[in-house]
Amino acid sequence: MSAWFLLIVSVLSGTAGDLLNAKSMRDHGEIHDFRPGAVARVIAWLARDFSMLAGILAQAVSFFSFAALLGVADLSFAVPATALGNVAKTLFAKIFLREHVCWRRWAGALLVSFGVLLVSL
Amino acid sequence: MEPSLHNSNPKGDATSIDGCSGELKNQVFVCLAVIANTLGNFLLSMGMHAIQVKPSASPLEYLRIFANLWIDAGVILLIVWFASQLSLLSWADLSYVLPITAASYVLTAALGKIFLHEFISLARWSGICVISAGVMLVVGTSPRAKLSPRETLL
Repeated sequence: MSAWFLLIVSVLSGTAGDLLNAKSMRDHGEIHDFRPGAVARVIAWLARDFSMLAGILAQAVSFFSFAALLGVADLSFAVPATALGNVAKTLFAKIFLREHVCWRRWAGALLVSFGVLLVSL
Repeated sequence: MEPSLHNSNPKGDATSIDGCSGELKNQVFVCLAVIANTLGNFLLSMGMHAIQVKPSASPLEYLRIFANLWIDAGVILLIVWFASQLSLLSWADLSYVLPITAASYVLTAALGKIFLHEFISLARWSGICVISAGVMLVVGTSPRAKLSPRETLL
């Protein structure tokens, strides 16, 4: 498998995973209490949430393809290159999560992606 | 469970992160996510280079990599990163969290150059600077931006 194939699998599954995880955490609400008992209750809630479970599965696919990518490419290429998904994630966050994406966030996502292009040269 | 990605939780309000303690909590978790992600990727890369695993379609081949201590330490740090990112997502937008944690790309490149002796060309350094500029733009925005009344009705 080539580095580019592994990169595409990692980016697509990572995008799906981030969206599902963000949806799950938003459904849960803000975490205020970080004592062990409260954290255990958060984990128990997340373990029963479909979005979180599907998101973790997608993240696992992303992780293993990324680990394989690190085996065939430089760290300084592999890590920034996975930022390719930033614009897609921002777009899908606006569409599916109905986030208000102001111009600074769009510019930030585009700059990160442009930075990725430079890194891949 | 409802499969839709639309937010239906009334607790996911726009003002919950306001205030000094909320801002401090936000900064602490951003730093934790960036550092854990950077060190986790660094250790994972060291481990993967050490054991020379070839990409394979078999999941068993990937489970074998956990015999390496560098990889185990990297995975633990990536779990810390995942937990801190999930915590951030409970009060901040995804479109805020992702660019702001991109600061880890700069630290990762520095670690790759210093400890793994990777060659980083001028173009790559330029890319890393542009990524940093993108991060700085997003830093000034509110973690959970408010929707306009018109957007809320949509």
